[in-house]
Amino acid sequence: MRKTFNLEDLDCANCAAKMEDAIKKIDGVKFASVSFMTQKLVIEIDDNEFDSVMKKVVKSAKKFKSDCTILL
Amino acid sequence: MAKFKMGKKLKKRFIRIIVALSLFLVVFILDRIFNLATVIDGKFSWLFPFALYLGIYVLIGYDVIFKAVRNILHGQVFDENFLMCVATLGAFALAIYRGVMGLTIEGFDEACAVLLFYQVGEFFQAYATGKSRKSISSLMDIRPDYANLVAGNEPTIVSPDQVKVGDIILVNPGEKVPLDGVIIKGQSTLDVKALTGESLPKDVFENDQILSGAVNITSQLYIEVTKAFYDSTVSKILDLVENASSQKSRSENFITKFSKIYTPTVCVTALLLAVIPSLITGDWQTWIYRALSFLVVSCPCALVISIPLSFFAGLGASSRYGILVKGSNYLEKFSKANIFYFDKTGTLTKGNFAVSSVYPENKREEILQLASIAENYSNHPIARSIVAEYGKEIEEGFTLTNEAGLGVVATKLDTQILCGNEKLMEKYGIDFTAQNSLGTIVCVAKNGEFVGSLVIVDQVKPEAKEVIGELEGLKAQTFMLTGDNEKIASGVAKELNLTGFKASLLPQKKVDELENALSNKGDGDVLCFVGDGINDAPSLMRADIGIAMGGVGSDAAIEAADVVLMQDNLKGIPLAKKIAKKTMAIVRQNIVFSIAIKIGILILSAFGIANMWLAVFGDVGVAVLAILNAMRVNSKY
Repeated sequence: MRKTFNLEDLDCANCAAKMEDAIKKIDGVKFASVSFMTQKLVIEIDDNEFDSVMKKVVKSAKKFKSDCTILL
Repeated sequence: MAKFKMGKKLKKRFIRIIVALSLFLVVFILDRIFNLATVIDGKFSWLFPFALYLGIYVLIGYDVIFKAVRNILHGQVFDENFLMCVATLGAFALAIYRGVMGLTIEGFDEACAVLLFYQVGEFFQAYATGKSRKSISSLMDIRPDYANLVAGNEPTIVSPDQVKVGDIILVNPGEKVPLDGVIIKGQSTLDVKALTGESLPKDVFENDQILSGAVNITSQLYIEVTKAFYDSTVSKILDLVENASSQKSRSENFITKFSKIYTPTVCVTALLLAVIPSLITGDWQTWIYRALSFLVVSCPCALVISIPLSFFAGLGASSRYGILVKGSNYLEKFSKANIFYFDKTGTLTKGNFAVSSVYPENKREEILQLASIAENYSNHPIARSIVAEYGKEIEEGFTLTNEAGLGVVATKLDTQILCGNEKLMEKYGIDFTAQNSLGTIVCVAKNGEFVGSLVIVDQVKPEAKEVIGELEGLKAQTFMLTGDNEKIASGVAKELNLTGFKASLLPQKKVDELENALSNKGDGDVLCFVGDGINDAPSLMRADIGIAMGGVGSDAAIEAADVVLMQDNLKGIPLAKKIAKKTMAIVRQNIVFSIAIKIGILILSAFGIANMWLAVFGDVGVAVLAILNAMRVNSKY
């Protein structure tokens, strides 16, 4: 399932790129794109493991920009 | 340009910067006049200016320090906050060293100022991106906020996704149409500019289909909803636009890769610069200072920010003209598009038939009148085109007999009209003048006498010739694929000056033909297929870039194509190419310009020509300039 999330306070383009890289490397993430311009995360994860993988995504995003929140 | 208001966070940052900047100026000026290092005598004379500058440093930079520490704990070594801290704290350390060693006290102001200007720069970047983001998105903003649901007497305001199919909604003048539907009461004029880029308002009447995203201009409309919100045109378009920036271009990926190498490289060079020359010359102070200047320019932010911004502006600019591009990668590719394959019917031609000529011309009225009588009750597009061309009241009372595959015989009392192809004339033994024109020939005879004939053709779109000419001017090749016969196809190809054409193609053969062209094209060539999206989805998907015309309301087209022209107008193609080219030019300028300035600063600092002040100004300045340059994409075309 492909879902879009809003990102709050994503204020640095370089961090957005780094964040995207890290999210892409998470097991179970099929596609991920962090758009700095639209402040959105587009992510594709299999339906049956969506929630568990998404938790990892949120955690990893926090690591890069703890002041940027994924609005679920 | 849309009004942009600073968010709360940004405002707080702004106030903090102003306060810190004024404090800094006060201390700096006092320092220059009275030399603060003389306030305390003796060994600790450096402590007083240090304390003052450190105070301001902490005020302006506490968040940077905080982030640096946190990110280091997370294992982010090349974090720009951390590098900024190392640079500035290093500068402080050097100044303290000078103080302790009893040298002239200097450098505290610089350490403080570098962080201060770094913050000013970050603020400008945030402000400029926020502002441009707003001004671009506002152009794409067709999202309706509410719907007036009519249930009972008074309409109630509800969110559009609460409205169900079959519900009645009221759209007042000035409001956006929130959902697709049919007008059941009222007539009005709609502004569809945001939807299709077409600036001419559209008149709508009862029973007309109406698309969400249009703005009602003149009077109230009652609409029966035919599609739920998630299924409505406006949602589909918004989805597409919002997802567009997630399809990243090669330039964006290049920059991301570049920045991954850039920061570590600069840091390692800085380290080497601090150690090796110092060991040789023994002048530690100078070389550590130069190394610290390196760290100031180590953040690739100017690059990383300006490239996606340029693409975003390009996507925004094209959507303003009713051209939806599904991703930055397609915009990038489209700038190089040089082979265009067009579907004929509905794309290069209008897809509706019309009487192109009547022979002999002096009997035009009579021929049309007779043909209309015979064709009056037929639904065939050719019959309709004859009746439409005549446009007057048609004599009734004829008995119409259909001669399958030949035409129609109309009789009334002693009048007999024959209207059909040449075979019909032959069958009735009528001596007729054969026509050799392109298109479908309809012969008309009355009471056994040949009257004349009509030539009916699919009309070429009025803008087609100009557009093909423009594309050829851009060194592009143009081809036409059609199911029509050779004669008709070559006629159109000649009229439009196409590079080539393939006629008599069955729908499946069109894809084969395209495959062929794709495998024969050169490496740098980009092949586009332009179709109306109704029955050429496979071709749209197969081409490097599939362009669908008249996408409003056609889900299939929106899904299969990479570029959707909302308006059924070929002019969108050269326009999109212009926008794509300009976007790519600005992207290239920004890449070259930012990298050149950064490397320039690095070289100058390595030789001690640029100090830390210049480094931070250069770094911040280049980011702001690149952002301003990127905004040029979003101009008029």
